[in-house]
Amino acid sequence: MLNIHDVSLTFNEGTPDEKIALDDINLELQKGEFVTVIGSNGAGKSTLMNVISGSLIPDVGDVLIDDQNVVHLPEYKRSKMVGRVFQDPMAGTAPSMTIEENLAMAYSRDKKRRLVPGVSKKRKDHFRDYLDTLNLGLEDRLNAKVGLLSGGERQALSLLMATFTEPKILLLDEHTAALDPSRAELITKITGDVVSKFGLTTMMVTHNMQQALDLGDRLFMMDKGQIIFDVKGEEKQNLIIKDLLDEFQRIRGEQIASDKAILG
Amino acid sequence: MLISLFGAVESGAIYAIMALGVYLSFRVLNFPDLTVDGSFVTGAGITGMLIVNGMSPITATLVGAFAGFIAGCITGILHTKGKINALLAGILMMIALYSINLRFMGQPTVSMLNETTIVNQIQSFWSPAIDSALNSIFIGADRVPTTWAILIIMTIVTLAIKFMLDFFLKTEVGLAIRATGDNQKMIRSLSANTNFLIIIGIGLSNGLVALSGALVAQHGGFANLNMGIGMIVIGLASVIIGEALFGKKTIARVTLAVIGGAIIYRVVITLALRVDFLESSDLKLITAVLVIAALVTPKILQSRREKKRRLAKRAALMERKGREASA
Repeated sequence: MLNIHDVSLTFNEGTPDEKIALDDINLELQKGEFVTVIGSNGAGKSTLMNVISGSLIPDVGDVLIDDQNVVHLPEYKRSKMVGRVFQDPMAGTAPSMTIEENLAMAYSRDKKRRLVPGVSKKRKDHFRDYLDTLNLGLEDRLNAKVGLLSGGERQALSLLMATFTEPKILLLDEHTAALDPSRAELITKITGDVVSKFGLTTMMVTHNMQQALDLGDRLFMMDKGQIIFDVKGEEKQNLIIKDLLDEFQRIRGEQIASDKAILG
Repeated sequence: MLISLFGAVESGAIYAIMALGVYLSFRVLNFPDLTVDGSFVTGAGITGMLIVNGMSPITATLVGAFAGFIAGCITGILHTKGKINALLAGILMMIALYSINLRFMGQPTVSMLNETTIVNQIQSFWSPAIDSALNSIFIGADRVPTTWAILIIMTIVTLAIKFMLDFFLKTEVGLAIRATGDNQKMIRSLSANTNFLIIIGIGLSNGLVALSGALVAQHGGFANLNMGIGMIVIGLASVIIGEALFGKKTIARVTLAVIGGAIIYRVVITLALRVDFLESSDLKLITAVLVIAALVTPKILQSRREKKRRLAKRAALMERKGREASA
C-alpha cells in the first residue's frame, strides 16, 4: 500500500545548520498494517510523516501509494488518499465553524467539491451516527462551534474527520501528546477502534513507548534520520518497554563506539 | 433632513454590496485586501465608458463587475503564487489599477448624465402611483422623496446578493473557502487547493466591489478616477459597525448585519455633516472615529458586564460567608 524508496532529505544543506532529517529511508507497508514509530526528538519521525503527506518534498527518492508515485503531487491532491491528525488539537479543525460543517469538509475529502450545500439532511444523520461511536455526546451538538470544544473532544473529532472517508493511508503525528493522561487513553482507544473498524493502513508517531507497544502490529524505531529497528508480528506483541530501551541503548552504544573509532 | 436621510439609506443600500465584498475578503478569508480602492473605480469606470459608448447598461454593469473579479483574482495570484504578503499584494494591485483605470476611462471623469443607465431605466418602468402611496406615510413633511424606485430595487438587488452569498458560503466550496480563512493547514490536509480558493474568493470579493462601484457611478451620474479612495475603510466601517450592532452568530446574520452597517454608516455620516462645526472635509476623520468607536465600544461594554458579574459573585460569596459565621 505504501512504499518509500531511497528517500533522503537534508535541511539547510551547505550551511552550519545543516541537518540530515531523513537518510536513505526504505520501507514498505502492507494494506491494513498499523505501524507505530518511536524515536527521540529530531530523529526524523515528523519529517517522514510530512514527506508522506506531501507537505515536504524529499531531495531524492520516491513515495508510492497504491503503486502510484505521488512524490511530486502537491499536498492537497495527495490528501485525497492520506488522512492526518496533528499533535496540536487546534490544528485539525476549523474553530469558527460548527461540528457539522467541519465534518462536511472532511466528507468532501475524496470527492470533488461542488456548489451544493455541504450539510444536507441525509448527511446530518450520517454525521450523527459517526459521532455516536465516539460516546462523547457530540452527536447532540452538531451546531456547536468547534472552538468551544475541549482539546480531547477536538482531537476525537479530528480523528473521526481523518478516518471516516477511509483514506488509503492514515498518519497520526503524536496526536495524544497534548492531552491529559485520561483523555490520551480515550483517544488511544478510539484510535485502535477506528483503525481496526476501517482496516486502515496507519503510521503513528508517539513518544509514549507503552502506547507504541499497545497499538499496532509493527514498530519502527528511528534515530538520526534512519529506521534503526523494525519489528512486527508476534515478536512485536511480546516486546516490553525494557526491550525497547535496551535495543535503543545497544544501537546507540554501537554508534557512539563507531564515532569514537572514527575520531580515533 | 428627511430627503438627505432618504438619500443616505438609498446610497447605503448600494454601498452595502461593496461592504459584502469586503466582508468576504476581510472576515471570511481573513485577507486584508486593499485592492478594493482600485477595483471599485474599475467597476465604475469600465461600466461608465461602455455606457457612454452605447452598450446596454445591464451588460455594461456586468462587464464592470467581471473586470473587478479579474483584478481580485490577480491580487490572489500575487499572494498565493507570488508569495507576496497579502497587504502588499493588495496595495500593488491598487496602484496598478489607478493607471489601468485611467487607461480605460481615457479621462479622469466619465459623465453619464445624458446616457441611459440602470438607474433611469428603473425609474422609467416604475409607477409614480407607488411613490405617491409610499410618500403618504410622511404626512406633514414639506418635501417628499421624488422616487422610491432606486431604494426599493437596490434593496432587492442587495438582498438577493446577500442570499446568494449565504447559500454559497454553505456549499462544499463555500465551506472550504471559510476554512481557508480559519485554518489553512487543516483544509489543505482535507484535499482543498487553498491557493485556488483564495484566488476565487478575492476575485468574488472584488467582483462585488466593482458591481457596487458600477451602480454607485450610475446613481451619481458619473465615474471619477478618485472615487475609490478610502473605499476599503468605508467597507470595513460597515462590516465592523454592522457586527457590533447586529451580532455575528450565523452567516446569514452577519451578512444582514453588514448591509445594516453600510446603511447606518451613510446615515451617521449624513447626520454628522449637518452638525454646524463639521465640514465635508472632515468626512475621513468622522469615518475613522466611527470605526474606532465600533471597535472599542463592544469591548468596553463586555468588560463592564464581566466586572459586574464578578462583583455580584463576590457579594454572594461574602453573604454566604457572613451567614456561615453567624450560624
